[in-house]
Amino acid sequence: MAEEIIRNTAKGEVTMRLWRGDETGGEFAEYVMPAQEGEVVLDVIHRVQATEAPDLACRWNCKAGKCGSCSAEINGRPALMCMTRMDTLPPGEAVTVAPMRTFPILRDLVTDVSYNYEVAKRIPPFHPREKTDDEEEAGGYRMQQIDVERSQEFRKCIECYLCQDVCHVIRDHEENKTAFAGPRFFARSAELEMHPLDVNDRRELLQKEQGLGKCNITKCCTEVCPEHIKITDNAIIPLKERVVDASYDPVAWLGRKILKRRKSTPAEAEADAPSTGPAAVQPEGGVHGIPAPEHADDALVGAWATDAGPGGDAPAEDAPAE
Amino acid sequence: MVEYETHDFDVVIIGAGGAGLRAAIEAQSKGLRTALVCKSLLGKAHTVMAEGGVAAALGNVSDEDNWKVHFRDTMRGGKMLNNWRMAQLHAQESPDRVRELEDWGALFDRTKDGLILQRDFGGHRFARLAHVGDRTGLELIRTLQQRAVAAGIEVFMELKVLRLLHDAEGTVSGLVGYWRPSGEFVTFTAKAVVMATGGIGKSWMYTSNSWESTGDGHAMSLWAGADLIDMECVQFHPTGMVWPLSVRGLLVTEGVRGDGGVLRNSEGNRFMFDYIPPMFKDETADSEDEADRWYDDHSAGRRPPELLPRDEVARSINSEVKAGRGSPHGGVFLDIATRRTPEDIRRRLPSMYHQFKELAGVDITSEAMEVGPTCHYAMGGVRVDADSAATTVAGLFAAGEVAGGMHGSNRLGGNSLSDLLVFGRRAGIGAAEFASGRSGSPTVDKGQIDAAIAAAIAPFERESGENPYDIHQDLQETMQSLVGIIRTGSELEEALGKIEVLEERANQVSVSGGLRYNPGWNLTTDLPSMLTVSRCTAMGALNRKESRGGHTRNDYPKPEAEMGTVNFVERIPDPGAAAGGVGGTPSVRSITVTPEPIPVMPDDLKALVEEAS
Repeated sequence: MAEEIIRNTAKGEVTMRLWRGDETGGEFAEYVMPAQEGEVVLDVIHRVQATEAPDLACRWNCKAGKCGSCSAEINGRPALMCMTRMDTLPPGEAVTVAPMRTFPILRDLVTDVSYNYEVAKRIPPFHPREKTDDEEEAGGYRMQQIDVERSQEFRKCIECYLCQDVCHVIRDHEENKTAFAGPRFFARSAELEMHPLDVNDRRELLQKEQGLGKCNITKCCTEVCPEHIKITDNAIIPLKERVVDASYDPVAWLGRKILKRRKSTPAEAEADAPSTGPAAVQPEGGVHGIPAPEHADDALVGAWATDAGPGGDAPAEDAPAE
Repeated sequence: MVEYETHDFDVVIIGAGGAGLRAAIEAQSKGLRTALVCKSLLGKAHTVMAEGGVAAALGNVSDEDNWKVHFRDTMRGGKMLNNWRMAQLHAQESPDRVRELEDWGALFDRTKDGLILQRDFGGHRFARLAHVGDRTGLELIRTLQQRAVAAGIEVFMELKVLRLLHDAEGTVSGLVGYWRPSGEFVTFTAKAVVMATGGIGKSWMYTSNSWESTGDGHAMSLWAGADLIDMECVQFHPTGMVWPLSVRGLLVTEGVRGDGGVLRNSEGNRFMFDYIPPMFKDETADSEDEADRWYDDHSAGRRPPELLPRDEVARSINSEVKAGRGSPHGGVFLDIATRRTPEDIRRRLPSMYHQFKELAGVDITSEAMEVGPTCHYAMGGVRVDADSAATTVAGLFAAGEVAGGMHGSNRLGGNSLSDLLVFGRRAGIGAAEFASGRSGSPTVDKGQIDAAIAAAIAPFERESGENPYDIHQDLQETMQSLVGIIRTGSELEEALGKIEVLEERANQVSVSGGLRYNPGWNLTTDLPSMLTVSRCTAMGALNRKESRGGHTRNDYPKPEAEMGTVNFVERIPDPGAAAGGVGGTPSVRSITVTPEPIPVMPDDLKALVEEAS
């Protein structure tokens, strides 16, 4: 029995002001479309493509808020086009959609987000501790729900890069991008730092190469996160505290001086970061050369080895041979 | 002639969802030069939308569970049309593949003992789905993506592949495609190619699939001479959103039912009790009391009928709606609000809570959801060797949704994510071994490349012509109305006629603008794939004169024993000579269908399947 196709009925009109252009410039073009019940911004853009502007560039995938592809600035506010309902926007006014401003424009509403993929490569990857005998027998690591939930919050990230888009450190400051990872990747580092199994240490990299200190916690990233991840409160501020503790905690400093015990040096963590090409294939199980801490609960473990004293800010040096 | 860039690798993987990523990780780990090519940005593939979990008999929740029970459930769920060897390998290996994800950083929800928590799902006898709330696919793709990045695998993003290339002997030797951002053409030579392109749902109007699911891998493999099997077996997931129309088809996870949600009709009845098929009668509760006891204690009752395999539930919903007992917008009601606390619902099903709240204005902690079937998954696909994932064409491998056989005529929920891991890895090994054993550098025919490029840019050269979006919409309407959840011979014939007309129209398509990030043009290059897989689906459906799993014929409403012993194999007998299709591809008219016997299951495995519940 042939299935009946249900059709939407139009109720009035909507005016879309969509940015058209490329890296050399462009302008907003207006399209008037019939309004339909329950639509999101992306639906209307699809109808513009199907009728008036087949070459209108717009990146999208799932149209369900799960893939993070359709980020744009809607009436000046960074948001996912697929999760912004038309009936939440001021009625009777044109809806303005512009590409994310922080990334170079490829065409129309599509930007070049490769910066984010480059930053991702520079984060030392997950490196788990060894399994205990009990875990080997049980067939997997044991972790309690309450302990995995902290990192799970950050793993909700759909990589829409809206947090990167609003971050004033790089918005309109192209020059900062080389030394700044941005909120998405602070959340990624926080996820790894708080991962119950991970033993890599990313704190010096965060401070010295990824610009953690440049964030002055205005919380713009948290506000735009479509997954409602508390990036500032739960990722960035705790990371800042960890980095400060590592640098300035006199007990930790003394411990380093006396015990020379550490998680991994920045150089090692960096060596852990991926390189390109098959030559960099890691042996099974991930990463070589990182000694696991002898006592995971030792308060001194995790301090990174520099000779900077309390309050000092000296550049990192290699720890003396152990 | 148009210029193009060239690349050379040992192994090229097409598609960066779960299967492609897992294959790439494996091939790279064997020391081969590996490239991963994907149509979208890395991490956006359709795997990201999987919700409920990954099925693996870890036995963390039910210690009675083991691979044999998982194998049995999979075969019965697939109505015995499955490739038994694939189902066996899948059941045996998925626990290791899930644990391996944890070694790579995945954080699954935990049991009280600190192990990976598992949830109940349709058709699985025991709580078997490892999960992270209702965003398991995101966890899986992110873990694999981060692992691939750490391994230094080269990724070519937003690159659409047009055609496979072969050498003089017919061995697959590379591919030709274009960068979507620039519109510039690019070719790869490779000693082995892995197809991991996912599904075909975008040929239907109401689908859970993203725009990428245009059946590129199914079509390209067929054009290259590979066999497809069981293309008529398309899964309509029972619970898609039905309102508002703009989100019709969007998935509502089976986890809602696994966690206690029930289906009701407009009269408030839990109608699934009226639709329990004989095959599952012994293991399904026959009263609401018994079903409800099961949620708290699996030994206190049998499983609720809401957790029957997906094909059964989808057909039942369809029947209720047709009988006039549907919801206001043509679905039925899925109710978890009266059965679980708001806190539990928000904790266990956070994405569903937000999806309904933000897109439909429905609070699922206090109201029922309206749901109905949505085109979700292709069980059919490229015929592969179970152990190596090799297709019937030398040099070409396939894994994940694009491969056929594993799921028979109906896939159980959670078995797709485990399929990706098990056979993604096996395809990576298969391709790596083939590439290592291949002597000399692969050669490709420049004529093939030039022809593919010329066909791709032809729509720019037509002054006026068909709008590609119109053709796509007409195809979706045809497939939705004539090759949907319930089929009949005359309508399938009608659909085939319409697809031939659409093919002719697609050859007159014209586009404006330039090559750079031009969605209208990009769509013209997806149309040949969509038309091809639509034709294959309709032809398979016309030939399979029975109802089995995801394939239901009004005119042949029962399973037929002799049909249960064959795959319908579709192929193009002489691809080189079969011109006339869209954009220089072989015409859909050149596709043949033949019934071929399915591999015979060994007796010891047969005994497992026949074992009483």
